Amino acid sequence: MLKMRVIPCLDVKDGRVVKGVNFVNLVDAGDPVEAAKAYDKAGADELCFLDITATHEGRGTMLDVVRRTAEACFMPLTVGGGVRTLDDIRALLLAGADKVSINSAAVANRQFVREAAEKFGSQCIVVAIDAKEVAPGKYEIFTHGGRKETGIDAVQFARAVEALGAGEILLTSMDRDGTGKGFNIALTRAIADAVNIPVIASGGVGTLDHLAEGIRDGHATAVLAASIFHFGTFTIAQAKDAMAKAGIPVRMTKGT
Amino acid sequence: MMKTVIIDYGSGNLHSAHKAFERAAADHGIKGKIIVTSKADEVAKADRIVLPGVGAFRDCRDGLNAVDGMREVLQQQVIGLGRPFLGICVGMQLMATRGLEHETTQGLGWVAGDVVRITPNDPSLKIPHMGWNTLKLHSDHPVLQDIPTGENGLHAYFVHSYHLEPTLPEDLIATTDYGGAVTAMVGYENLVGTQFHPEKSQELGLRLIANFLRWKP
Repeated sequence: MLKMRVIPCLDVKDGRVVKGVNFVNLVDAGDPVEAAKAYDKAGADELCFLDITATHEGRGTMLDVVRRTAEACFMPLTVGGGVRTLDDIRALLLAGADKVSINSAAVANRQFVREAAEKFGSQCIVVAIDAKEVAPGKYEIFTHGGRKETGIDAVQFARAVEALGAGEILLTSMDRDGTGKGFNIALTRAIADAVNIPVIASGGVGTLDHLAEGIRDGHATAVLAASIFHFGTFTIAQAKDAMAKAGIPVRMTKGT
Repeated sequence: MMKTVIIDYGSGNLHSAHKAFERAAADHGIKGKIIVTSKADEVAKADRIVLPGVGAFRDCRDGLNAVDGMREVLQQQVIGLGRPFLGICVGMQLMATRGLEHETTQGLGWVAGDVVRITPNDPSLKIPHMGWNTLKLHSDHPVLQDIPTGENGLHAYFVHSYHLEPTLPEDLIATTDYGGAVTAMVGYENLVGTQFHPEKSQELGLRLIANFLRWKP
């Protein structure tokens, strides 16, 4: 049986983890490669790096981070943030990313998704959708960290990028992101039920129950979280234990 | 000295696969050289051959055909001389007679059967089949030695929408359950192929790679 995935996400700026990762035994909590190794050992199912670097030099640093992570962690790695061109995707894949997530560039130009999927294969093209509930049952895409509304219907957009070749959708509930109140379940379910590709639920996880809700009620097949893991609030093993108790199939490992 | 080659024919990045093979060899005290190559004459000198692959069947087949002399050398080394061969993901699918993704494409023809879209009997199951799943063993294989299979066994990482349906049941080594049986591993004699990615499958993957490097078919 396919197991539902738990994916820790690290925000990386200029080659350093933003806010640090609160792990015991971590030599350098700000080094994304160290954090990635720790999550690999802990039994994370995949890793996600979100590059929030603004400068060109910092981008080169990110490629080095990806390269060193891929050398040390034998698990799937998704990298997103500022991916705008086929060359950006090629560089990340060559550095060792397994999947690349496209956000604003997909909103600005949907054909970019098609070009990317045709060039590199759907299996490595994730479209990141940031959405908010603008009226009951109505969800809209927002860009620029949730500040800019686009007027684009999130469900229609999800269907469109699936048709264009996206292999997976990373859905962030922007109205929940950073609140710790849990995913927007209605939004997550609306998107997950509208497409036939896997949906990763993201944004708002504060408790372990939230993870199970994203899968059981939101119909996602993976859950992504940052703070609860980085700050050491919960371990990956605790997350999976809680999900297993809620009846969600997860991959239990010997990790701690 | 034993030489293992991972064939680079433009299908994806092989850096992490290379590192995974090196790690597996080091962890298990296996001596030898592991190289990534796009040259047919390097493959001709190899003791073991790994064919990876991601993306569409047709693109991979065309990519392989585009490497000067590669098809001939593969045929001679793997079928003629019986060198141990491991196909991974689309590299495994290429072993089939035909791929039916988008259009019909001839494969290497080493495993009788077609590569067809997976059709889970539960319509709520997503395509691609993406993530960690367990293996159901159909016949024992040295490459799976010391790897617990079954529902409580180790997990392998899959990401695919198509799978190889072998014509001969004896070519099927393992399946995985995704709304019905999905081919996870095929092989016979000196050939073996995994639909999942050993290089991304942590413990199971590193053990499988080490087993392959020690395999004497």
